[in-house]
Amino acid sequence: MKHIKTLNTKSLQNTMKKGGCGECQTSCQSACKTSCTVGNQSCENTK
Amino acid sequence: MIHQYKSNGYAIVLDVNSGSVHVVDDIVYDCIALLDQGCSNEEVTEKLSSSYSGEDLKTALKEIQELTDEGMLFTEDIYENAIEHFKERPTVVKALCLHIAHDCNLACKYCFAEEGEYHGRRALMSYEVGKKALDFLIANSGSRRNLEVDFFGGEPLMNWQVVKDLVAYGREQEKIHNKNFRFTLTTNGVLVNDEVMEFCNKEMGNVVMSIDGRKEVHDHMRPFRKGAGSYDLVVPKFQKWAESRNQDKYYARGTFTHYNLDFSKDVLNLADLGFKQISVEPVVAPSDADYALQPEDLPKLFEEYDTLAKEMIKRNKEGNGFNFFHFMLDLTGGPCVYKRLSGCGSGTEYLAVTPWGDLYPCHQFVGNEDFLLGNVDEGITKPAICKDFKNCNVYAKEACKKCFARFYCSGGCAANSYNFKGKIDDVYEVGCELERKRVECAIMIKAAMAEEEV
Repeated sequence: MKHIKTLNTKSLQNTMKKGGCGECQTSCQSACKTSCTVGNQSCENTK
Repeated sequence: MIHQYKSNGYAIVLDVNSGSVHVVDDIVYDCIALLDQGCSNEEVTEKLSSSYSGEDLKTALKEIQELTDEGMLFTEDIYENAIEHFKERPTVVKALCLHIAHDCNLACKYCFAEEGEYHGRRALMSYEVGKKALDFLIANSGSRRNLEVDFFGGEPLMNWQVVKDLVAYGREQEKIHNKNFRFTLTTNGVLVNDEVMEFCNKEMGNVVMSIDGRKEVHDHMRPFRKGAGSYDLVVPKFQKWAESRNQDKYYARGTFTHYNLDFSKDVLNLADLGFKQISVEPVVAPSDADYALQPEDLPKLFEEYDTLAKEMIKRNKEGNGFNFFHFMLDLTGGPCVYKRLSGCGSGTEYLAVTPWGDLYPCHQFVGNEDFLLGNVDEGITKPAICKDFKNCNVYAKEACKKCFARFYCSGGCAANSYNFKGKIDDVYEVGCELERKRVECAIMIKAAMAEEEV
């Protein structure tokens, strides 16, 4: 494309199909303990 | 829902519901703004004809249409029904925050645990209580294999033998029950020594080292009980420890307050000390505390995030980069939509355990009897409270419905909401403003690094 560069290829809608296994890290266990941060976590199944 | 903004020379369009991130030129940026207002292609062409050529407008609109057809622009929120269905699944517990010591050898001024005591008495968790907590976790984890246990406090190293004994117990039990324990430890560093480092490097999947940044900032907020600063004691230990973990699977983790609004300097100070995994986060405090962040601090804090983001890009391009927890963003393999909508899991899949075995929705609620859920002997005795937490997601909060960052923060922290609004299903606006800024910066960094890859 000439005008647009898309940075990601995986869309959230697609994660509805296989998502929800619950094996990923609980967000507050990672570092924060005072601020909810979920978007920066990784999916256990794509590691 | 579209969110578009310009930052550091990049024009960025986030399609909120698909999570698609597009770096665009000015013509597409302007077209999308008008389309988002409901204009037709013809109206867009007419309105922008004085700024851009007809041919350019035609190709720009064509590209926008292609992405729309592919479900990457102007997508609808189709998740609300799915999450309702998802919530009906039985709840399992997969993570515990073990308050191994309600006592501390520091007297940090911003501590929500009030020098480790959590509005209660000083206490250390016994091995017996800890064992019951791990048994409770295993018994309530259903088919989840990965179970997380954080040794938290107060200062967990004040009860170090019990930490080690519980790790040994967990390793024994995980084999029997086909589970995988991921242990973490959060420490202020005072009691860290070679033995602690060696043990944790073998057994702990993550270590959180509490350090605030510049010496004067750290020592002001993190003194010993008699007033002396702790910086000089903990820094060399943390540096050695980070190296011994190969600069991975740890965080040098600080808190910024009203006293260091120029917190980017603290982050960079930690980077200059050699730390590669850094998290420096806004204090959560009652608004009348002298160190609390105030709404009028926001412009300065936004500026600081911008400064930090630009410096991180520069250092990254020079080969001297570091990770900043709140700017981490996985655009290729981030969390699924269920994770994003179910939030941090407090009160459902994540619980805190006090030294005497009481269960609370998370560490932030410990000591507030209204949120006492049960204990490790009887399990959950007040499931109604857990249900309230389970229902607490972005669709339960009016403010989140209009927010572009809702799939990144998942509705924010229930404890923040409770502390500022008196209920768990509201939002803490200062926290929201900061979260939105961080998401914008994180995406901008991705845009800058993607440019580098071309």
